[in-house]
Amino acid sequence: MLRRVGPSLRHFLLERKSSAGYSSYSSEEKMSRPVQARRLEGIDKNIWVEFVKLAATYSTVNLGQGFPDFPPPDFLKKAFVRALSGENHMLHQYTRGFGHPPLVKILAQFFGKLLGRDVDPMTNVMVTVGAYQALFCCFQAFVDEGDEVIIIEPFFDCYEPMVKMAGGMPVFVQLRPKAPKDGQLMSSADWQLDPAELASKFSERTKAIVLNSPNNPLGKVFSREELEFIADLCVKHDVLCISDEVYEWLVYDGKEHIRIASLQGMWDRTVTIGSAGKSFSATGWKVGWTVGSNRLLQHLRTVHQNSAYHCATVAQEAVAQGFQRELELYGKPESYFIQLPKELQQKRDWLVQSLDAVGMKPIIPEGTYFLVADISEFKSDVPDVPDSDEPYDSRFAKWMVKNKGLAAIPLSAFYCGAHKNNYNHFIRFCFAKEEATLKAANDILQKWKREKTSP
Amino acid sequence: MLFASRSFCCLGIRTYQLRTDLLSRSIKLSASATMTFRHKNTRRIEGLDSNVWVEFTKVAADPSIVNLGQGLPDISPPDYVKEELAKAAAVDRLNQYTRGFGHPSLVKALSQVYERVCGRKIDPFTDILVTVGAYGSLFSTIQALIEEGDEVIIIEPFYDCYEPMVKMAGAKPVFIPLRYKNDGNSASSADWVLDPAELANKFNSKTKAIILNTPHNPIGKVFNREELQVIADLCIKHDTLCISDEVYEWLVYKGNKHIKIATLPGMWERTVTIGSAGKTYSVTGWKLGWSIGPQNLIKHLQVVHQNTLYTCPTPLQEALAQAFGIDYKRMDDPDCYFYSLSRELESKRDRMAQLLQEAGLKPVIPDGGYFMIVDVSTLNVDLSDVDEKQPYDYKFVRWMITSKKLSAIPLSAFCGPETKRQFEKYIRFCFIKKDSTLDAAEVILKNWNKQTA
Repeated sequence: MLRRVGPSLRHFLLERKSSAGYSSYSSEEKMSRPVQARRLEGIDKNIWVEFVKLAATYSTVNLGQGFPDFPPPDFLKKAFVRALSGENHMLHQYTRGFGHPPLVKILAQFFGKLLGRDVDPMTNVMVTVGAYQALFCCFQAFVDEGDEVIIIEPFFDCYEPMVKMAGGMPVFVQLRPKAPKDGQLMSSADWQLDPAELASKFSERTKAIVLNSPNNPLGKVFSREELEFIADLCVKHDVLCISDEVYEWLVYDGKEHIRIASLQGMWDRTVTIGSAGKSFSATGWKVGWTVGSNRLLQHLRTVHQNSAYHCATVAQEAVAQGFQRELELYGKPESYFIQLPKELQQKRDWLVQSLDAVGMKPIIPEGTYFLVADISEFKSDVPDVPDSDEPYDSRFAKWMVKNKGLAAIPLSAFYCGAHKNNYNHFIRFCFAKEEATLKAANDILQKWKREKTSP
Repeated sequence: MLFASRSFCCLGIRTYQLRTDLLSRSIKLSASATMTFRHKNTRRIEGLDSNVWVEFTKVAADPSIVNLGQGLPDISPPDYVKEELAKAAAVDRLNQYTRGFGHPSLVKALSQVYERVCGRKIDPFTDILVTVGAYGSLFSTIQALIEEGDEVIIIEPFYDCYEPMVKMAGAKPVFIPLRYKNDGNSASSADWVLDPAELANKFNSKTKAIILNTPHNPIGKVFNREELQVIADLCIKHDTLCISDEVYEWLVYKGNKHIKIATLPGMWERTVTIGSAGKTYSVTGWKLGWSIGPQNLIKHLQVVHQNTLYTCPTPLQEALAQAFGIDYKRMDDPDCYFYSLSRELESKRDRMAQLLQEAGLKPVIPDGGYFMIVDVSTLNVDLSDVDEKQPYDYKFVRWMITSKKLSAIPLSAFCGPETKRQFEKYIRFCFIKKDSTLDAAEVILKNWNKQTA
């Protein structure tokens, strides 16, 4: 598709070769070409733009996009107000580009403890505009044209377009569900990688694997054995690991979140990504970070200093104070990192019950604040359209928000194009919501079920 | 076998690091040997690792140094701006994600203000993108619209990030210097001009865009209508885009008017205009900026944005929207912050100029912005025993920081390789500083000659 800037045509002097299939042009030919750069090819669509708008327009209960509808904890809000209104008005000005010193220092302390190693705040930590920008920096720093990047499906949708924008080739490997024991609900632990299949995805061209544990959307918390298997492959093939651990605190049923960077041979080849938005229920602050060896982080710094450079100072100052408190209360019951998962586990159980009661089959997540449910029993409400390009679950989710006012996200959003129809009868709910919201969701589901069963 | 990464600066020529990956892949290391690690940076960031700010902000962080270097205010933002942020943070919903391309109340406020300034309809949802500072807007614009095979014209001296951003997009920067038109030392930023014939020569069929910065950092030049028309004519003739960095748009001093090149005939459809909350409201640490332009360009910036950081912080955007609302209502009133800040800065500018003049220097008086450049060669500070390869101004600023406890930024940081020698006798001072900072600078400058005599 060609677009013109204004009415005139553009002249080419350069021969072009590209994977997009542009042919070469001699200096004599004039042609018009798109105004936008080729790196944007195939990455313009975005599920959130559409679904966020739908939720805003139609939903009465929004369990779609992943953000809490409860506030950040008081201590954090107070820290923010102190930072913005305190005597030091320089907190409204630029801070250190690679991360506000108080924040990187406390992050280094905190993660040093968790990883069991010395973490230097200036060289092993970099602050980013949300974990999203941390991911961007990783791909831009390490993925060149032709590099392959392994992505485990289902995946947080931005990994694929980011790899493509960097000129890389995403290579997908699916988590495959094993049937649960009779009469039991499926757990996210039942979705597993086939070891031989995973191993087969590593090639000479593999630059990195993206790991997301706890996993969005399934809620899977990778076990030590699973992580060791991945780690062994990374070491064997000299592959980097981009470890998206934004939900690191949200693990349930006494499960342990294991950081792959702490496994043998992994520190030097792993960038660990975290998020204040998810850790402190403040997604709108957009503060994230990367932790890793200087050998890797130096290149993230180069990308960062040439793209965003600084992150908002006040938010960083407040997050630093939040972490200071958490360091002091680490392991204690008043720690937010203990209270939050405790509360969320209850909400998870509540939503699981609601869904199970009406016949939507939830897959019990071991972590995150997402839950995927099988909507097969509700299919009769949304007839199949055989030749439709759109995956069934996407049509279902749109119908549901428009007709029932309940917003959720189709699981196909988290699969690559070729695999979107593999698991097209699942939708993802976010349960980081007030009790009232979850109750309202339950009411909608109950009413819906009654309407289905009554003549 | 690994080659160390070095960039050599000899005669302004760089040698490039040999690629190690081909070499390391061809070397088979046994599993029992030291662990293989072939991972280096991608091509796109090759040679882009150094940065003038990393050095000079670190050095000037010492509180005993009078910091007139990095461009950040040490004056407080207006109270109402801080209050709006406190109010926003108290609203639960405003601590969570907002609309990716820009918080609705903010894009609406921006469209209001800029519709008035530009005299045209601006759709808040399709014609505006909110970014992480104007820096983020520059990045989004360049990533969206510039690629390998393109040339981008950059006017020297330039805000230093333009060059690495253009290179990171795979394109070639083409430099053209501002030259002073009078013989002898210039007195005003208006004396620095582009040679129209020289500029025209820089345009060719590969020229994708020109980056314009007005008011200009570091010189403070405010491009007048005729100058903008010359640029516009070339853009139209060669079907070139214009990336117009107008972060200092409100900081224009008496006798000068900021003109938006996007308002010239034929330019709206090919211009992305960039603005900054940091510079508008003295809140550089909020890191909010925006790109404004026609939908067919902005939509591509939005695609970049949704694949880089997706959304900007919500409470800051809400506070900014409220602040804009307040000032929009008084745009006919001299108390509007856009004008009152400018007046405040004009007197600081005049004071800064006076201090430098009294020290025997001839500063270039800026017509806009909050920077002032000055030729320091007349001070005759002999630094020939210091590292030969470094430009004079870098050596001078480091020396000045250590021995005079005063910081500035070397101007050659803002030049392409061919022009560094031309500008290496200049340093840049930032004057958006509170009185006590300028007082401290005054003491240093007054005592300068006494110490070096």
